[in-house]
Amino acid sequence: MKRRTLLASAALSLALASGAAFAQGDTPKVAFVYVGPVNDGGWSQHHHEAAMKMKEHFGDAIEVIEQESVPEGADAERVLTQMALSGADLIFTTSFGYMDPTINVAAKFPDVKFEHATGYKTAPNVSVYSARFYEGRAVTGYLAGAMTKTNKIGYIGSFPIPEVIRGINSTFIHARKANPDVELSVVWISTWFDPAKEADATQALLDQGADVVLAHTDSTAPLAVLQKAGAYGFGQAADMYEYAPEPRLSSIIDEWSPYYIERVQALIDGTWESTSTWAGIGDGMVGIGEFTGPIPEEALAAATKMKDDIASGAYHPFTGPLNKQDGSAWLAEGEVADDGTLAGMDFYVEGLTTEIPN
Amino acid sequence: MIRLERRLEPSRLWTVLTPLLAVALTMLAGGLMFALLGKPPLEAIRTIFWDPLFHPQFASYSRPQLLVKAGPLILIAIGLSVGFRAGIWNIGAEGQYIMGAVCGAAVGLAFYPSDSALLFPLMVVAGGLGGWAWAMIPALLKTRFGTNEILVSLMLVYVAQNILASASSSWLRSPEGMGFPGSRNFKQWPAVHNAELLPETGMHWGVVAALIAVIAAYVLLARHIQGFNIRLTGEAPRAARFAGVSPARIIVLCLGISGTLAGLAGLFEVTGPAGQVTIDFNSGYGFTAIIVAFLGRLHPVGILLAGLLMALTYIGGELAQLMLGLPGASIQLFQGMLLFFLLATDVFTNYRIRLSRREVA
Repeated sequence: MKRRTLLASAALSLALASGAAFAQGDTPKVAFVYVGPVNDGGWSQHHHEAAMKMKEHFGDAIEVIEQESVPEGADAERVLTQMALSGADLIFTTSFGYMDPTINVAAKFPDVKFEHATGYKTAPNVSVYSARFYEGRAVTGYLAGAMTKTNKIGYIGSFPIPEVIRGINSTFIHARKANPDVELSVVWISTWFDPAKEADATQALLDQGADVVLAHTDSTAPLAVLQKAGAYGFGQAADMYEYAPEPRLSSIIDEWSPYYIERVQALIDGTWESTSTWAGIGDGMVGIGEFTGPIPEEALAAATKMKDDIASGAYHPFTGPLNKQDGSAWLAEGEVADDGTLAGMDFYVEGLTTEIPN
Repeated sequence: MIRLERRLEPSRLWTVLTPLLAVALTMLAGGLMFALLGKPPLEAIRTIFWDPLFHPQFASYSRPQLLVKAGPLILIAIGLSVGFRAGIWNIGAEGQYIMGAVCGAAVGLAFYPSDSALLFPLMVVAGGLGGWAWAMIPALLKTRFGTNEILVSLMLVYVAQNILASASSSWLRSPEGMGFPGSRNFKQWPAVHNAELLPETGMHWGVVAALIAVIAAYVLLARHIQGFNIRLTGEAPRAARFAGVSPARIIVLCLGISGTLAGLAGLFEVTGPAGQVTIDFNSGYGFTAIIVAFLGRLHPVGILLAGLLMALTYIGGELAQLMLGLPGASIQLFQGMLLFFLLATDVFTNYRIRLSRREVA
C-alpha cells in the first residue's frame, strides 16, 4: 500500500527522465498465461476478465495474447519461452506455480518484462503482485461472527499454504471480535475449484452445527447449499450477487484490472520497472461486495467502519495482542504483523482448535 | 452395397497408410472446426504441424522441445505396450510416474547439498524402484487374489496424488520456500540436475532412456523368448499355459517393466524439465502415454513416432493458441480427433471393403 505509492512516485520521476519507450507503429504486445480455462468461473476467469477490461481500456494501442489451461512446470516454461519468442513485451503469469518457470525464462529474455501473481521471487525484469485478501477476510469474518447463532462457523480450505492460513486466521480473529464464543472448523478439499467437493464440504460443516460457512474456493456451490439450509455465506473471488440478499451477506472480489491497466500503462510510457505489489482494499485490488441480508444494524456499522479503517490504513487486521495457537506470544499490544511473517504464515492464532494438516 | 470382409492377416500396406490417412482426415475435420470458429484453417493447421519444426522464429527452440515433451511419453508408453501385448492393462502409469519422481527426489534430497557424482545414479535407481514397487501392488493383488489390475492400478493413481500433495507441502517441502508447497528446485543443484546433455538439443537422460527403451523393447518382443511368451499370453492365453508359461510370472514381469519405466520417466522429469516436486508437476503424462501406446500400435517404433506426433500437436497447439488466439479446448478437440480417426481408419488394416451388388431374389 504505502510501498505502492512510493514506487509509483519513483516511476513517475523515471517517466519524466526517460520518455516513452514505444515508437509509433510499434504496438506493445501483452501476454497472459492462465492455469485453468478462461471460463472456469474462478481464478483464471477473473484474470481473463481483468485482461479484457485492460484491453478495452487501451483499445488498439496494444495487442493482447492469451494462453489458457497451461500446466505448472515444464509446460509453463515452454509456453512462456514461445510467448517471448513471438515478441511479447510484457507477460503476466497468473498462478503461483509459474514462479520458477517465470524466473527461468525471464533470465533468458532480459528485454521481456514479466509479472508473476502471488509469488515472491523477483528479478530486474520480473515483478510480483498479489492481493491482501486477508483484509477482506477480516470484514467477512466479523460478519460471520455477528451472524452465527450456533457459535460455530465453518471454513472450506483449499491447500494449507500461507495464503489460506492467513485467511483463516484473519477470519477467526475478527469473528471473535464480534462474538467471543465463536468456534471455527475447517474442511480441506485440496482443490481451488470443484463444485461437487465444495458442496459436500459445506454440507459436512452444516452437519457439524455451523450456520455460517466461508470458502477459500471459487465456485458458487457452497452458497447454493447454504441457501437450501437457510444458513449464511459469502461470495468468493466474484461478487456472486445472484445469491443476495440471502445466503450471501457480502463478498470478497478479485479486482485485477486496475493493476493490469497501471502496469501496461507503465510499459507504454517506458516507466516499467520491477516491483513487489501486495495491494489490499485501499488500492482497490480487494473488493468488498455490498452488504446484504439481515445483518444487525450494529454489526453493519462495525463492519463498514472496519472496511474503511483497513482501506485508510488506520487498522491492520493482524494487530496485537495476538498469541500463536500453542500459546506463545506473537504480537504485543498494538504491534502490527510484518509482511515477511504474513507472507510465510504457517501457524494458527490462539483459540483455533483445529490443526494445520501435514 | 458395401461390405466389410475380414482379412486373413492385417494388411501391411494399411498399417502404414492408416496413420497418414488419419492425420489427413484430422486436418480436414480440424480445419473445418477452425473455420467455424472464424480462424483461418490453413494457417491454423500449418501452425500446429509445420511451425514447430520449420518456423524461422520458433523452430530452433521448439524442435528440441519436441524431444523434451515426447521423451517421458515414449518411455512410459513402451512399458505399457509390453503389458498391453500380454493383455495386462496397467492404467495407473500416472501413479507409478508420480511415485518414481517422489522416491527418487526424496533419496536425492536426503543427501542435500551433496555434490557426489554417485547421487544422480542413485536417484535414478530409487526412481525406477519407486515406480516398480507401486506397480507391484496391483501385480501381487492380481496374482494372489485375482483382483482386477485395471481398477487397482487406476485407484492407486489417486493414492499417489495424495502422497505427492503431502510430499510437496510437508516432508519434501523446500525449507527456503517461505512455507509454499514445492521441493527444492533441482535446476539450482547442478550435481543432480538432469540437464540437457548437449546444449540446445533437448536431449536429457530421460530422452536417452526412452530411446534405449525403444530398442530394448524391440529386441525383447521380436527376438527374446520372454517377448514371445508375452505375445503368446496376450494372443492365446490357453496356448501359453500349455506351453508352460506361468501367467503369474508374466503379470509380475509386465507390470514390473511398465512400473519401472514410468518411475524412471517421473524421476527424469522431476529432476529435469519440471525441476521440482510440486502438487501437480505430473501433468497427466501417465494417461497420455496410454494414447501414445495405442497410437503407436503397441509397436516400439510406432510408439517412438506416435510420441513425437503427440508432442508436435501439443507444441503446435500451444503456438496456435498464441499466434491465432484459438481456444485451448479446440486444441484438445483436435488431438481427440487424431486419435478418433486413427482408431476409425484402423478398420482397413483388419478388414477389406467389398463392393457387391445386392443379389436379386
